[in-house]
Amino acid sequence: MSFIRKPKVEWAGQRRNPLGLTIRDYEGGMSTLCAGCGHDSVTAALVQAFWELSIKPEQVIKMSGIGCSSKTPAYFLSGAHGFNSVHGRMPSVATGALAAHRDLIAVGISGDGDSLSIGMGQFAHAVRRNLNLLYIIENNGVYGLTKGQFSASADPGSKSKAGIENRQQAIDPVAAAISLGGSFAARSFSGDKQQLVPLIKAGLAHPGCAVLDVISPCVTFNDHEGSTKSYAWTRENHESVTSADLVEPAEAIEANYEEGEELPVRLHDDSVIRFRKLEADYDPGDRAHALEYLERHRAEGKVVTGLLYLDQDLPEFHQLSGTARQPLRDTGFEHLNPGADALETLQEKMR
Amino acid sequence: MPGADSTPHHINDFVIKIGTVNGTGSASANTLLMKALFRMGIPVTGKNLFPSNIQGLPTWYEIRANHSGYNARTGRVDMMVAMNAQTYQQDLAEVSPGGYLIYDSSWPRDGQLAREDVHLIGIPLADMVNRHFAPARVRILMKNIAYVGALCALMDIDGDVVRGLIEETFAAKKKLIEPNMQAIALGHDYAREHFECPLPVRAEAMNGTNDHILIDGNQAAALGCLYAGATVGAWYPITPSTSLMDAFESLCKRYRTDPDSGEKRYCVIQAEDELAAAGMVVGASWAGARAFTPTSGPGISLMGEFIGFAYYTEIPAVFFDVQRVGPSTGMPTRTQQCDLMATAYCSHGDTRHPVLLPADPRECFELSVAAFDLADQLQTPVFVLSDLDIGMNDWMVPKLTWDDDYRPERGKILSAEELEELEAFHRFDDVDGDGIPYRTLPGSHRKGAYFVRGSGHNRLGGYTEDASEYQEVVDRLLTKWETARGMVPAPVSIDSGHHTDIGIIAYGSSHGAVVEALDQLAGNGIHANYLRLRAFPFSDEVHEFLDNHATVFVVEQNRDGQMRSLLKLETDVDPGKLVSILHYNGLPIPSDAVSKRIRNHIRKEAVA
Ligand SMILES: Cc1ncc(C[n+]2csc(CCOP(=O)(O)OP(=O)(O)O)c2C)c(N)n1
Ligand code: SF4
Repeated sequence: MSFIRKPKVEWAGQRRNPLGLTIRDYEGGMSTLCAGCGHDSVTAALVQAFWELSIKPEQVIKMSGIGCSSKTPAYFLSGAHGFNSVHGRMPSVATGALAAHRDLIAVGISGDGDSLSIGMGQFAHAVRRNLNLLYIIENNGVYGLTKGQFSASADPGSKSKAGIENRQQAIDPVAAAISLGGSFAARSFSGDKQQLVPLIKAGLAHPGCAVLDVISPCVTFNDHEGSTKSYAWTRENHESVTSADLVEPAEAIEANYEEGEELPVRLHDDSVIRFRKLEADYDPGDRAHALEYLERHRAEGKVVTGLLYLDQDLPEFHQLSGTARQPLRDTGFEHLNPGADALETLQEKMR
Repeated sequence: MPGADSTPHHINDFVIKIGTVNGTGSASANTLLMKALFRMGIPVTGKNLFPSNIQGLPTWYEIRANHSGYNARTGRVDMMVAMNAQTYQQDLAEVSPGGYLIYDSSWPRDGQLAREDVHLIGIPLADMVNRHFAPARVRILMKNIAYVGALCALMDIDGDVVRGLIEETFAAKKKLIEPNMQAIALGHDYAREHFECPLPVRAEAMNGTNDHILIDGNQAAALGCLYAGATVGAWYPITPSTSLMDAFESLCKRYRTDPDSGEKRYCVIQAEDELAAAGMVVGASWAGARAFTPTSGPGISLMGEFIGFAYYTEIPAVFFDVQRVGPSTGMPTRTQQCDLMATAYCSHGDTRHPVLLPADPRECFELSVAAFDLADQLQTPVFVLSDLDIGMNDWMVPKLTWDDDYRPERGKILSAEELEELEAFHRFDDVDGDGIPYRTLPGSHRKGAYFVRGSGHNRLGGYTEDASEYQEVVDRLLTKWETARGMVPAPVSIDSGHHTDIGIIAYGSSHGAVVEALDQLAGNGIHANYLRLRAFPFSDEVHEFLDNHATVFVVEQNRDGQMRSLLKLETDVDPGKLVSILHYNGLPIPSDAVSKRIRNHIRKEAVA
């Protein structure tokens, strides 16, 4: 993907995070996406979230597949390693990378085409393995990069730019993630930075696969009348289940919310994001309820956003596999190779 | 029935073939038989000829014992143990003239087993075991052990050795020792009482197996992965490669599990498919682990996209292709050397990959270690091209040895300290002029951060659609290919000791047949020099060998002569002098298939 380096200007009085880094240090190359593309707002939210979390850029790996959405990793955190893999297969590469080095902070960015068609299998299995990955789907209902074909998330009844009606069923990545046994499922809207930033932070903090579906309109191919993934439609029809506040670690957090009303997500630095419920009877810990809620609103043509399902206790990939605490890639060769004597002993059985 | 004296004497030079029904537990009886011969010091090999089925279909195991150590198939059957009534006719037809056929005479077989030139040995195996053992499953198992007992008497196989093996095998399940011993005695005593023992086809203790082991190639390759320090293995089950990962995992359980915490210093992932397995290997290697995936032809097809990606993005990765019969699903449990082209040029665009060609399990061990070193040093996918014959059959090879001074060759990885010193890091800069750039690992240093992309990139790692920048990178990859030529394992040459312009080229599991064929040909006064290829790209020795011989027979196990094609493509050899000797019916190539066809070709040429 193309990118143009951004000039970095330093000035006195710039805000710095505890690592001494300014928000500019969390930026990447200049975006070459269409002006107004929802994906660029996701980039901005990522920059903000990483900066606020004071994560060292070199600890991060930015993984993606192929598509306009998958170009996003080039536009933030230039101090992190990026990986633009092949179409639909970001999850397997991320799985391998995390198998080798479990302490890397991994963010995977994909599109609805990338994840829900060619990559549906890998998406499902990353969720199922509960890989410690923030898995963002920039969902615009179309294939942007190949110029406007319907994607698998296009709603039945929605119209293409040429006026053709989509008649197939849509795959909802959030419902899919929940029913696949996912531990974290959320949805947001690229135009709602207030909600998106905390969700990104919560997803990064979550020990396991955090699926974050972001409705991210494609201004070029899917922002017209009749689209259900346009800015106008989404603004009008999105309904928040939760909204979020960040509580600094210094505060006495536990006492700050009433039980049953708020959902705290603990971040790396021990601060907590409280997701406040907007719906009194919504229970994000109840899978069946979350699915029912999603389904009910889908039927009404509503897009529900917020942290829709969370289980912070589900064991993540390495816990499930019993892998050593120390990253495998840093394990000394002396711990890996049993040596000549062991080989000799082993072969006694082969005579 | 002909007299025994019409039978040629075969001492320590015979083939025993056992026909059974898949799933009846004959494998342990066959292993017992083979190990007994091995422990008597007689060189042996054992080949499974099995169906793609779990239970109920005919299956065979073929043991070749040969005092000179020849290990190829011969086309001969000196002793047939026919345990599957379904295949009696076929089994009988396969016995060499003067040979023997043991069958279960619990049921009359009048007229069914008729052949003048074969000795029939009827032993009421079912009757005997049914009288001695009650549980049905035990009866089935012990019937197999009983034929081993009969063979001990008939072929003079050392009973003490067999009993010793039984004791060792069941050291942990002592209850099983007694019935096994009994079954051996049943077969043995019956044969003793009713037949001339021993037969002219028989075993005699010698010392041809000292410092050797019996092992299959997948087990040996798994050991190679363990010893090379591979920590991440991703795979999707496919015959005949599955046992490689099974072996790796059980070795890791034993040697890589922290005894105190139970923590695993390895990660084996059963992927959702081969595409994912390849992606996991690429991801893990990129992040700095040694990672591999075992698969077979259909898996390679699916991995193609990632293999091309790893080639272009210069990420090390090790792929084991244990070949089976193609095309498509082919015959999953039969052997071929049919993926050479598919691996050498795997994926779209201009791609080429180093392919290592082990000839036996020992080389599976050595070349898998070499594969990890090469992949790391060259920063590219490397294939180890084994096959079902090597991977799943029992081979006698010299003991595996290990040098404790070995350290993995990790290639050009910049450490955090080195990056600190460096003014700037450029991923694809050919600093040393050998075509191999430097790489950095994620998580080590901010200065080493770069973007991996399968799209057009320039020397610095940035995206490009610029004609000359693109070309600079792909041309440099060719420089790297030239470097690889000098790094891959050299071919092994066997000089005939005679002045000859006949050459033979072979690779992989065809080796045993060629070695034996060379001797057979020499017996006919035909002398040939032999070059066994161990790697693609072809090193200088290969070019020289082609230059130095007027006729070069290329022996391989596929229909289209893939190695011959590769030699034509990659060297400037005159194609007219490359003569294919092909064998591709799914069974391991026999030695006379090589010698006969070479003889015929030479005779025809002489006439013409
Ligand atoms: C194997 C393969 N098939 C097809 C393509 C072409 N392709 C590139 S991006 C894309 C769709 C991308 O759609 P999406 O993931 O929704 O991303 P968007 O561009 O809409 O952000 C396709 C089909 C490809 N690169 N590789
Ligand atoms: S085509 Fe659509 S998705 Fe792609 S950059 Fe343009 S607006 Fe964004």
